[in-house]
Amino acid sequence: MLEIALRLVVIIGAFLLLPLIVGQLEHKAMAHMQSRLGPMYAGGFHGWAQLIADGVKFVQKEDVIPAAADRAVFKIAPAVALVPYLIVMIVIPVGPGLYGVDLDAGLFFVLAVMGVGVLGSIMAGWSSGNKYSVLGGMRSAAQLMSYELPLVLAASSVAMAAGTLSLTGIVEAWQWWWLPWQAIGAIVFFVAGLAELRRPPFDMPIAESEIIMGPMTEYTGIRFALFMLAEYVGIVVLSALTTVLFLGGWHGPWLPGPVWTLIKIFVLAFVVIWVRVSYPRMREDQLQKLAWVGLVPLALVQLALTGVVKVL
Amino acid sequence: MIDRAWEHESVSEPKEIVVGVGAGASAVPGKELATEDMVLNIGPQHPSTHGVLRLRLALDGERIATAEPIIGYMHRGAEKLFEVRDYRQIIVLANRHDWLSAFANELGVVIAVERMLGMEVPVRAVWARTLLAELNRVLNHLMFLGSYPLELGAITPVFYAFRERETIQAVMEEISGGRMHYMFNRVGGLKEDLPLGWLERTGRAVADVRRRLPDIENLIMGNEIFLARTTGVGVLDRETILQYGVSGPIARASGVDLDLRRDEPYLAYGELPVKVVTRSAGDCHARFEVLHDQLKVSLDLADACLERLRQLPPGPINQRLPKILKAPEGHTYAWTESPLGLNGYYLVSRGEKTPWRLKLRSASFNNVQVLREMLPGNLLADMVAILGSMFFVVGDIDK
Repeated sequence: MLEIALRLVVIIGAFLLLPLIVGQLEHKAMAHMQSRLGPMYAGGFHGWAQLIADGVKFVQKEDVIPAAADRAVFKIAPAVALVPYLIVMIVIPVGPGLYGVDLDAGLFFVLAVMGVGVLGSIMAGWSSGNKYSVLGGMRSAAQLMSYELPLVLAASSVAMAAGTLSLTGIVEAWQWWWLPWQAIGAIVFFVAGLAELRRPPFDMPIAESEIIMGPMTEYTGIRFALFMLAEYVGIVVLSALTTVLFLGGWHGPWLPGPVWTLIKIFVLAFVVIWVRVSYPRMREDQLQKLAWVGLVPLALVQLALTGVVKVL
Repeated sequence: MIDRAWEHESVSEPKEIVVGVGAGASAVPGKELATEDMVLNIGPQHPSTHGVLRLRLALDGERIATAEPIIGYMHRGAEKLFEVRDYRQIIVLANRHDWLSAFANELGVVIAVERMLGMEVPVRAVWARTLLAELNRVLNHLMFLGSYPLELGAITPVFYAFRERETIQAVMEEISGGRMHYMFNRVGGLKEDLPLGWLERTGRAVADVRRRLPDIENLIMGNEIFLARTTGVGVLDRETILQYGVSGPIARASGVDLDLRRDEPYLAYGELPVKVVTRSAGDCHARFEVLHDQLKVSLDLADACLERLRQLPPGPINQRLPKILKAPEGHTYAWTESPLGLNGYYLVSRGEKTPWRLKLRSASFNNVQVLREMLPGNLLADMVAILGSMFFVVGDIDK
């Protein structure tokens, strides 16, 4: 009992800490890529406490709910967006034996729960009573529909290769030559995951320069902060899942296993940030085309390749 | 709130169909959620309208059925104010309507007044004006080279563009004291002589900008997503351009080969090899490319002006003016190639110290009107790509 409680406390700690680190990394890395400094004052040393200061500010702000909003849905939407990622973190293994719960159908559980997160932005879009929000929610829904398929197909390829749906089982079965073998699947998974997170270049649903943050237009204060937190937890979860499924989790020379997992997670998170700095936004129909004409066939090719190698 | 605002307007216009969507549907009684067009207001407060332009769009799903630019939120009555200011004060006012091309705006006014007075401008002033006009063009184009990718979701080029703008602005600030509204033109020349060593510093600034320009090019020009978002989007044909009086880089991107710097030279342009950049595609990408190539041409022209200024013998930079400056009775039309297009002043004087009428023909006003033709049939997501590629300044529309 004590052990379970301890595991959960650690997971909640990671849930609160890792997104902040990724967020701060984004602030600073993006700034330096754009010949700026980024936050420099909060906390003293290179603005390390910027996001904590932001959080304090958000908590103090007035919680505005538009008159035309569907109040109940409007209020719970941020929670619906955030909590699934917390639940997903429970089953992600960081090292041998270092996980909240080891589910036999871990992969299945993860994919199912992650899909719920997107409901949050659809709910927010619908309930805000704002045309921009509805457009954003609509785009979110369309994007979720198309990108769930390549995501699941790519993930099932790994499950096929490992012969198990357990995340720890997949990491234990992982060999170095899976890297080239599952390379297509890894790229498809990562790209589709980016699209599910609505991160650039797939940020059409929130496009601040056209539909002004879409579903989040009407949100203020702590509820808005929860949406932002969900985005960064999403980055952590996506990077962690890609690490566990395709990059061998804690496998790696010299350093201890959990360190390797964290290194891989942060490298992937850095890639997510890097992509945001370098790319413009894709249009909604181009997004759909990429999913159906690009990613789904590629995922099927990967599935076939996995099957053929497995049978041989 | 938007829904409510529409309810009021629909009272005066009974044909307008207002549909509530989402939870806002309850705010519109007696209407069912059907597939009727949704009326969407872009602006006046919207990040892509660079100020307070408002577009009233009727959307069928994500497709634009009709589009109507609604202007006037920033109308300051500039033309009426011109009539109660003397010619020195008019320069201050005139440089404000297009705040990204302040120097180019001043030029038109002083050229008109000088023409009415029959005043000869000292040769050093002519070349310095040409140089500053080109630097102003560089500043203007850099702004749009940064802001257009930003509207398409590429957040980095704008920072590079602003770094270059800072470089040029430093020399502009040194000479005039201003970073946006230079107020450096005077009837008959410039306000003051060029500071010692300024030509060298400007030469270095121009070289720096030219050297670092590939940072922006490499980031955005060949990017697949950027190409996909802009190529073939918002095509504007030659006929529409001529009908609406569209000018500047937008017109040249559709193959309208008109540039007053070459076709009706003013200042020292007659002695300069002005390369007019044109494209034939007429889409958003062509407009962006024209802007980018013009920037390079302007840097070259600035270098040529610097070279000439170094060789010119010392001499006056302005004319001594009477205490009260009166333009003689008559009228004239002075038009210049402003960074965003044709900028003209029609000056009518009755021999008083203020103009009787000073009509301002601004580039953005004409350029934005054509949106009504361009937007229908496009996706809402393309709306921003098209709007951004029209390179307008709201002050220049509303005057």
